[in-house]
Amino acid sequence: MRDTRAYKPISRRIRFWLSIIVILAIYYWAFQGMHFEGVQSTTKTVMLSIINGFLHPDWSYVYIPDGEDLLRGLLDTLIISILGTFVSAILCIPFAFWASTNMSRRLTVSGSGKILLSVIRVFPEIIVAILFIKAVGPGAFAGVLALGIHSIGMLAKLYSETIESIDRGPQEALLACGANRLQVLRYAVIPQVIPQFLSYSLYRFEINIRSATTLGLVGAGGIGTPLIFALQVRNWSRVGVILLGVVILITLTDIISGKLRKRII
Amino acid sequence: MIQFHNVSKTYPNGSIGLRHINLTIEEGELVVIVGSSGAGKSTLLRSINRLHDITEGDIQVGGKSITHAKDKELRRIRRDIGMIFQSFNLIKRATVLNNVLSGRVAYHSTFRTMLGMFPREDIELSLHALERVNIREKAYIRADQLSGGQQQRVSIARALAQEAKIILADEPVASLDPLTTRQVMDDLKRINQEMRITTIINLHFIDLAREYATRIIGLRAGEIVFDGSPEQATDEAFADIYGRSIRHDEMLGGEV
Amino acid sequence: MKPAVPGSGRKSPPDIQLIRGRYKRIATWLLIIVVFILCSIHIHATPYKLMTGLPQMGSLLQEMIPPDWSYIPTIWQPIMETIQIAIVGTTLGGILAIPVALLCAYNMMPNKWVSIPMRVILNLVRTIPDLLFASIFVAMFGIGPFAGMLALLFFSFGIIAKLTFESIEAIDPGPLEAMTAVGANRLQVIMFGVVPQAFPYFVSYFLYTFEVNIRAASVLGLVGAGGIGILLDRSLGLFRYDRASMIILITLVIVLAIDYGSTRIRRSLL
Repeated sequence: MRDTRAYKPISRRIRFWLSIIVILAIYYWAFQGMHFEGVQSTTKTVMLSIINGFLHPDWSYVYIPDGEDLLRGLLDTLIISILGTFVSAILCIPFAFWASTNMSRRLTVSGSGKILLSVIRVFPEIIVAILFIKAVGPGAFAGVLALGIHSIGMLAKLYSETIESIDRGPQEALLACGANRLQVLRYAVIPQVIPQFLSYSLYRFEINIRSATTLGLVGAGGIGTPLIFALQVRNWSRVGVILLGVVILITLTDIISGKLRKRII
Repeated sequence: MIQFHNVSKTYPNGSIGLRHINLTIEEGELVVIVGSSGAGKSTLLRSINRLHDITEGDIQVGGKSITHAKDKELRRIRRDIGMIFQSFNLIKRATVLNNVLSGRVAYHSTFRTMLGMFPREDIELSLHALERVNIREKAYIRADQLSGGQQQRVSIARALAQEAKIILADEPVASLDPLTTRQVMDDLKRINQEMRITTIINLHFIDLAREYATRIIGLRAGEIVFDGSPEQATDEAFADIYGRSIRHDEMLGGEV
Repeated sequence: MKPAVPGSGRKSPPDIQLIRGRYKRIATWLLIIVVFILCSIHIHATPYKLMTGLPQMGSLLQEMIPPDWSYIPTIWQPIMETIQIAIVGTTLGGILAIPVALLCAYNMMPNKWVSIPMRVILNLVRTIPDLLFASIFVAMFGIGPFAGMLALLFFSFGIIAKLTFESIEAIDPGPLEAMTAVGANRLQVIMFGVVPQAFPYFVSYFLYTFEVNIRAASVLGLVGAGGIGILLDRSLGLFRYDRASMIILITLVIVLAIDYGSTRIRRSLL
């Protein structure tokens, strides 16, 4: 009894200190890659001009009667995320049924679906966007396709979890009425999953609108494009007004989408 | 008419569900199946519309073999058999009317039902079915807002809208309180008598079985051990079915 | 066939609720379709564009195969830098998140004049995506990993602080009362009442954010904020898709490996 009591803390203590040493080593290695030293020289003047710019946003940029302005950029961003969410919300349905364990008899079917979805998920949307820009040219359409394809990974996973959690009873009832497979799907499965699907799609929309603001940085449309131009010429007052617009747009869509989600469930 | 010819069912894990069942149920009967849990009541009921496949023998419904029916034929036979479940099995988020209408799907083409466009007559039929079980005014309310007894009446209405010639009820009152139990049983009895729909009910309340049935079938370990009128089903007969004396919780109680 | 329900042949007047329901459904669908079409027109998205674009996409994917294996030694260093950015950014963001999470939680900071403004700030920070932060910091501090690290710092600060303050609000108040009862001051209550309960959650969110940040760090370079993304941008610009696919492949392997390790640690924590 005494032996084990004396023994355990020592091995535990060794493991504890070992992991501390490993963590410290990792941090030492990580921090020295950051090159903090090269930063200080110009910081002060840059900071002052930035603060000055942010305090005096370029209000004239908000609306320009004919030309690229903030409102049009934000509208493009909103539209890219609406369409992107729309495309993925529909495209992901077959994937979701494919990946649900209770929709196919063989586990290999749903297993392969799940693997495919996680592969889609690890591809960052910005890379998907670059690939689509090469295919359909720069612009909002490439952004829509990028969001549409990338979101399938997450949405289909959430959808399939919903499908896996449905009550089997109504399916049995429909079968007993003489319904065929499609009819069972339409009348027993779909009504149970649709509200959850809608809610997840709205949630994904909230994520997509954030992504849509960045798609323009690589040329896939939306507010990111004027932002990167303003950043390149260090036009801080314009950067300020664009950031303000982005914050307002995202806050508003978050609030609206959150309200809708509460009503659906 | 439903006929069982030497029907047996063995589950994949080797346990036996039904053992050499020979049974004929005539049109218009109200048959109550009793037996302790695990005796095979549910298996027997679900083999009639082939929600469970049997491993031996043949079941004929209205002269047609459901055991050997192919896909389309099977659905055609199932269309004429309404089913009522212990847990109601309604689509909780859909309206009552849509739940009743879903009983009509087998009458229409897949394409039409995919669009959810039911003809006017179907809607009238469904509303009248709801009227028969006295919940016409709930037609546009979501099913999950109803009480248990009301939900079970919706599923009866679904079977009526289906224009079923046979109703199978698998423990229809097991999740209801005594008062609503009687209302649901009264509905089933009335429909059976007025419309001559053959009705087969699994029950575990002995007094209810005696009160409502025109014929009682007792199952024990997958075999029919009793088949007779309610008058013949004495306490001794039940004790024989259950293999022990009757317990208090197998009586619903109240006025009989 | 004779109607099974007597009286069902009788025509009743059209049902108002039924008609209203039908119109509502049709109107909803129409609205959705109209919005979809208007949006598509606005951004000049046409099926024709998709049809002509997809073959190009196909040839592009073809060029990606096989990946350029000889490129591995060149991308090794930037890959390590990507991991460094994620580690430092997540850590500093996480440390910064602790006091803010405490100030945001109603049960730690009963003074609403502090907690509500803190929450507003937190929500504002969370509206800005990581790549936006990165492109701003690149403009401020120049191209390099430092800008990327700062971007991830703010980004992870937002996530970790939000998740942590929510779990602080959900902790069992019993131990806090016990600590107050034995005469502990506020800091002691936090140290011995809150930290033991909230710490596992904090670490779990920290690791989760680290997983997110590894993915983010791999693309930060596209806007010049250090890491492997810079090489990816260069390869794509030079149409060296075989190198791009090599980079993507390596990144995926690293991401999956870190996901696996981190998920295992998280499971053992909670």
